[in-house]
Amino acid sequence: MDDKTNPTRVDQPRAPLNRRAFLSAGVGSAAAPLFARGLHAETAERVRPAQDPRDRANLTLDVNGRPHRVALDVRTSLLDALREHLGLTGAKKGCDHGQCGACTVMIEGRRVLACLTLAVAAEGRPVTTIEGLAGPNGALHPMQQAFIDHDAFQCGYCTPGQIMSAVACVREGHARTDADIREYMSGNLCRCAAYPNIVAAIKQARTSIREA
Amino acid sequence: MRPFIYERVDSAQSALAAFAGAPVDADRQYLAGGTTLVDLMKLDVMRPQAVIDINALDRTAAGRIDVGAGGLRLGAMTRMAQVAEHPAVARDYPMVAQSLKLAASQQLRNMASLGGNVLQRTRCPYFRDVSYPACNKRNPGSGCTALDSLHRDHAVLGVSDACIALYPGDFGQALMALDALVELAGPEGERRISFAELHRMPADTPHIETTLQPGELITAFLVPAAPWTRRSLYLKVRQRESYEFALASAAVALDLTDDRTVRGARVALGGVATVPWRAQDAETVLLGKTLDEQAAAAAADAAFANARPRTDNAYKVALGKRTLTRALLQAAAMET
Repeated sequence: MDDKTNPTRVDQPRAPLNRRAFLSAGVGSAAAPLFARGLHAETAERVRPAQDPRDRANLTLDVNGRPHRVALDVRTSLLDALREHLGLTGAKKGCDHGQCGACTVMIEGRRVLACLTLAVAAEGRPVTTIEGLAGPNGALHPMQQAFIDHDAFQCGYCTPGQIMSAVACVREGHARTDADIREYMSGNLCRCAAYPNIVAAIKQARTSIREA
Repeated sequence: MRPFIYERVDSAQSALAAFAGAPVDADRQYLAGGTTLVDLMKLDVMRPQAVIDINALDRTAAGRIDVGAGGLRLGAMTRMAQVAEHPAVARDYPMVAQSLKLAASQQLRNMASLGGNVLQRTRCPYFRDVSYPACNKRNPGSGCTALDSLHRDHAVLGVSDACIALYPGDFGQALMALDALVELAGPEGERRISFAELHRMPADTPHIETTLQPGELITAFLVPAAPWTRRSLYLKVRQRESYEFALASAAVALDLTDDRTVRGARVALGGVATVPWRAQDAETVLLGKTLDEQAAAAAADAAFANARPRTDNAYKVALGKRTLTRALLQAAAMET
């Protein structure tokens, strides 16, 4: 973008405004009225049918161990809720039709596709995203480190989904052989075809991840 | 996606009540794993006005797997992955476990319920893309685009002049082969039907895909124990090795004497038909024969005797026969 065409830019601090920070800022301001609205909502265990399908549903999503109260159009996918409403942009939108695996997250410890999950349907079921993998001190999860060690990506777009799927694959006990890894990782497509390196990364990480 | 009213329920009774409580003229759909419904809602192919979320039923009897002397009881809200990886299912009903394991991806198998799996809609590209005006399944009476367009993935068995859309599922073939029953809960009470009665061939009403009554909910599948369930398998031939629908598949179960004479055979076919497809003609051919390559090939010929291939999908007849032949020989060679 040409800075001269954007007069607000000159008034802003020169702090690094990278893409992620920009997205987070945008989400924060957009989400504010939703949260304000959510404050008036009653605490409800069950979602009751709205009188008008355009009414927003007030719900609490448990993501990475933290509750998030949001007011959402019931059509919102879990993926869009995470990315657009909670600012968790790790899960990626690839195909948005359950065919590529880029949006893989865990619900109740099982890997699922956030693009085909309605956010309202995820209420009451703990969600883990790529942002929830690292330790509290920021130490990378062994699978994240293994992907770096083995250069298990090129463009990186599929990587958060690959890593979530890979962690689940090991915990399920489906990472004992190369053939098993390939079979049980087949739901995660990589257009850069980093597949051999992904298999190598999973083999490295599997020893330090306890199987469920 | 079009707006809809969402309601979450936690029992079969409350699901039926929610269905009855929504406007009668509204398109009402139960939501389980959502892997078909949400996808088709995004594509504007399905346009429910009321969505009743039954996922919490996985914490009820509908979420249980029971293996007993009489057979298997698979709750309709169990997820594909749970059943695929159940040790007793894999040991005593390998065909059932394999049909689930070889379908979709682990993420989808963790989501999709068994009940939803058997009701998955066709992958016919003209059905899934609303920019094609002609689709008798999506828009009754509008015609069929597939008949005169590319139809490489379409059915050769059970077809009609109104629809050649393929039934894409795998698990349904196992239920078909093993004479499974379906438990239903509905506004009129509970009933039990054979799985073979669940799906309707397209004939001249391809938009009516099942015999379910409005509001009826599948609660369980019952797979009876039989002498042939241990010597059973699901063979799936695909364009790629994993995470793909079948070009052709065969679900076979055999009861053999010590000298490989067929005492009982159950055969179903996938990737080739408009509905889950039982091949009883093939079973009849096999009875009393020694299961060798010749007998298997004769059974495969019988299975496809009434096939109606078109230009692009004629290969499915040859591929389907070879798939069934190989499946029968593999099952015969199984250690049980």
